[in-house]
Amino acid sequence: MDLKWRIKPWGEATLVELEGEVDLHSAPPLKAALLEVGSAQSARIALDLNGVSFLDSTGIGALVGVYKKTREGKGQIVFFGARPRVKRVFQIAGLWNALPFYESRDAALAVLLPAPLVTLPETPVPAEGEAHAG
Amino acid sequence: MPDKPDKPVRPPRIELSIPAQSEWVRVARLTVAGVAARQGFSIQAVEDLKVAVSEAINNAIQHGPSSAEGEDVPMVSIAFEPRPQGLWIVVTDGGRLERELSLDKPVPPTPEHDADLPEGGMGLLLIRSLMDRVELEGGSDADTSLKMWKALPRKESVRS
Repeated sequence: MDLKWRIKPWGEATLVELEGEVDLHSAPPLKAALLEVGSAQSARIALDLNGVSFLDSTGIGALVGVYKKTREGKGQIVFFGARPRVKRVFQIAGLWNALPFYESRDAALAVLLPAPLVTLPETPVPAEGEAHAG
Repeated sequence: MPDKPDKPVRPPRIELSIPAQSEWVRVARLTVAGVAARQGFSIQAVEDLKVAVSEAINNAIQHGPSSAEGEDVPMVSIAFEPRPQGLWIVVTDGGRLERELSLDKPVPPTPEHDADLPEGGMGLLLIRSLMDRVELEGGSDADTSLKMWKALPRKESVRS
């Protein structure tokens, strides 16, 4: 298998870890699997790209398609951990700044989840997550 | 075109022929990585070549001739021609150039809304950006070939 993905619940979000190559062969099944997660109303997805060793324009197309679909359902999807070679492809395609890429898993999940679920706060914070710890 | 006129040795050419099916593109990536690494291309240049080769073959698979039921799967041929200054890669399919292949200077999109985000049509943009020269050959009675050149940086062209 050229590409594997692992889908994990993460608080109220879903973490999807990718491992392998995203190309003409693996992009369609990946897109189908992600659409299943992303088409839920208000889905919150963090896509871990750390394990992606290769990605071409078909991979970009699949991720853009899932991004659009998730947003249509009032959901949110963020990407993190892109290696330089993956970043380069998105940059050339002119999409690096158009899509929500983050450096780390914590940074990505912080966007999706209320603060208490990401890091343990030093002081209690209200459930709505408006307060700043410290 | 021999590299040295006084030495009538045929320049190296590595040929690969794969079925026009998505599961075989990876084999061409492995091959170009092997050829390019042997020439001394940098790790990033090898990655660039892998993307460019994949895009060219994707294009051949998606827009080249399709096989009728019961017929053999069409083939895509990939030729690698390592030269002291760089690498030529020629991807040929049985298409007759009826498809739209713009070789205009690539202009990356600057999408402002979700709906403007492209989901396809980025292959040639990537090829044009990652390779130093791109040529398209074909005709009404000829196969379609995409010919790409990646130059070696001067200091890296010592190894052979």
